[in-house]
Amino acid sequence: MTHQIVQALTSEDLPKIAEAERAAAEDFDHTLRVCVAAGCLSQHSDQIVQGLEHQIHESGLKRCRVKGVGCMGLCSAGPLVSVRPDGMLYQNVTPEDTSDIVKSLDSEPVQRLACSTDRPFFTQQTKVVLENSGEIDPERLEDYLAVGGYQQLSHVLTDLVPTQVVDQISRSGLRGRGGAGYPTGLKWGTVAKAGGPQKYVICNADEGDPGAFMDRSVLESDPHRVLEGMAIAAYAVGASEGYIYIRAEYPLAIKRLQTAIRQAERAKLLGSSILGTAFNLHIHIRLGAGAFVCGEETALIASIEGKRGQPRPRPPFPAASGLWHAPTLINNVETYANIAPIIANGPEWFAGIGTERSKGTKVFALAGKIVNTGLIEVPMGTSLRTIINDIGEGIPDGHLFKAVQTGGPSGGCIPAAHLDTSVDYESLTSLGSIMGSGGMIVMDEYSCMVDVARYFMEFCMSESCGKCVPCRVGTAEMYELLSRIVQGRASDEDMTLLQELCETVKYTSLCGLGQSAPNPVLSTIKYFENEYRAHIADHVCPAGQCQFEAVAQEVQL
Amino acid sequence: MKQSAPVLTAEEKRRRMITATMRKNGFTPDALIETLHTAQSAAGYLDDVSLRFVANELHIPLSKVYGVATFYHAFTLKPEGKHRCIVCQGTACYIKGSQALLNAVTKTHNITPGETTEDGEISLLTARCLGACSMAPAAIMDENVVGHLTPEHALEVLGGWKKS
Repeated sequence: MTHQIVQALTSEDLPKIAEAERAAAEDFDHTLRVCVAAGCLSQHSDQIVQGLEHQIHESGLKRCRVKGVGCMGLCSAGPLVSVRPDGMLYQNVTPEDTSDIVKSLDSEPVQRLACSTDRPFFTQQTKVVLENSGEIDPERLEDYLAVGGYQQLSHVLTDLVPTQVVDQISRSGLRGRGGAGYPTGLKWGTVAKAGGPQKYVICNADEGDPGAFMDRSVLESDPHRVLEGMAIAAYAVGASEGYIYIRAEYPLAIKRLQTAIRQAERAKLLGSSILGTAFNLHIHIRLGAGAFVCGEETALIASIEGKRGQPRPRPPFPAASGLWHAPTLINNVETYANIAPIIANGPEWFAGIGTERSKGTKVFALAGKIVNTGLIEVPMGTSLRTIINDIGEGIPDGHLFKAVQTGGPSGGCIPAAHLDTSVDYESLTSLGSIMGSGGMIVMDEYSCMVDVARYFMEFCMSESCGKCVPCRVGTAEMYELLSRIVQGRASDEDMTLLQELCETVKYTSLCGLGQSAPNPVLSTIKYFENEYRAHIADHVCPAGQCQFEAVAQEVQL
Repeated sequence: MKQSAPVLTAEEKRRRMITATMRKNGFTPDALIETLHTAQSAAGYLDDVSLRFVANELHIPLSKVYGVATFYHAFTLKPEGKHRCIVCQGTACYIKGSQALLNAVTKTHNITPGETTEDGEISLLTARCLGACSMAPAAIMDENVVGHLTPEHALEVLGGWKKS
């Protein structure tokens, strides 16, 4: 696909380009959208793009085009191809299918590849953050401009003063999507009020939770939206430098972000004198190097400064003294992705979605033992049952639901008895789990909960940065105790000791990693104590997963 | 005046790449992690010489450079094999049997995670999460993400590497 070079733009240009792009789209009778996000791409969706283009060329169709787009959500049925305006969605497409799809364009759809869109997975979602995912080409700035992109930045720069922007975000009730749920408006207000000649905005894209891939998908599918959110934030708090801290494990997201930054700078949507105003923002990308603890804000700042990613005690909070001791605003990818729609539709619209204290929508990554794995977005307050049984279409192979794990290594396992819980920050916390960044792993009766707890403890143990004793030593000791239980060589005293250690580590660790490391253990003890007892007293694993001898061998290796 | 390009040794080429990254970041100490990324991709791992070179150029004590290089999982101080098999250890993959993949590779090729076969052909590594949870269990075989793996399939890929 050829990329138009867009020259320096002004506020007046944006609606005009959007209009021109929309008019140009009407020249096509058919638009074939192919998902080229990492999930489908690893199943060779790039070859499908080539195949379709080739077939269209061969058959001489002129008013037909192929678009590589971001994630359509239903990753388990990938690669996905959608045809507009016919409204067909094709699943599990292979390069061999491309000729059939192109032939079908002016006749009957290809039924054998059809993926029904008339089911809860598609009908029960509310897309705010993901509204452009699967719709626009993430590598084309014009596509983002066509859906009104950067018009909110333009509106903010020309019509609002920074305090008004902070006020709008505060009134929307948006809370940080990274996991802790701190009110975003409050954070912005604190940084805005802080003094000093230099301030920074940081985008936390160090999505380290195993089982979570929302941020990756958003960055791969709609990178400009995150940049626009960061720019609005920078204007609101008075920052002129921005950093995106992203995992090196996401090469495609990094590449698309780099492209997006380059395009935006060329069009004067980023860089110096943005849109002809006096506002400057230079955004840099910093690569993570594989340390989970760097998701913690002070550790992340240390890592951007080129140091070991070790957290430091707060206060001072980054809002007062962050990157190079300057006031710093840190938000998660999804938080920034929510900014433009809030400005566009007004804070009241956003506050109208969700529950009393958790506003808006949340993106979740569904994975594990569930039929529909992939990316979904639902209003806050949706019940776990709706997400798992309706949207996710339940557990495959007729197995039974046992638990759902939210919040990664900092979260907990929620059993079937609590499936009607509404998904919001407070409800999940009261169950001993957390909202977290949005990973949701479903487990069936063949998953041993003690083993799951051990798995997460191993994770926390090896990811502990080693700075504070409770976390460094505590996680190692808890892992050892859990290993003994799993191997059937634990006593009742071990169980008591484990619970005591959980409390100690929880209340005395320096940062979130240590404070939340006991959560998976505490929540599994709370809901599945019988499984622990069975391992200890009867040397039996109720899930049939822990083979006591095999595990003992593995440890010796 | 046209000059023929000087013939560079592999070592000099690597240094140029490393220096380019440092220059891009203004030779500031905060560019350390970026620089180490470049050094590692140039040589496949971080050797003593590179670490000393970077420490010297960025005016950071060698101990700090070593500290950073060993703190982050992405950096390795050991050379890796010709082929890399990175098995995802994310929650979804774990639930769906990534442990069986590791056990199979360990048993057949006699390497545990982090090790390389004696002939230097295959390195077995683990990743925290590839973010490919919808295709669990997944692994990166050289550059490709392969999903829905079974132990048999994984061994087949590794066997293919041995032969080639």
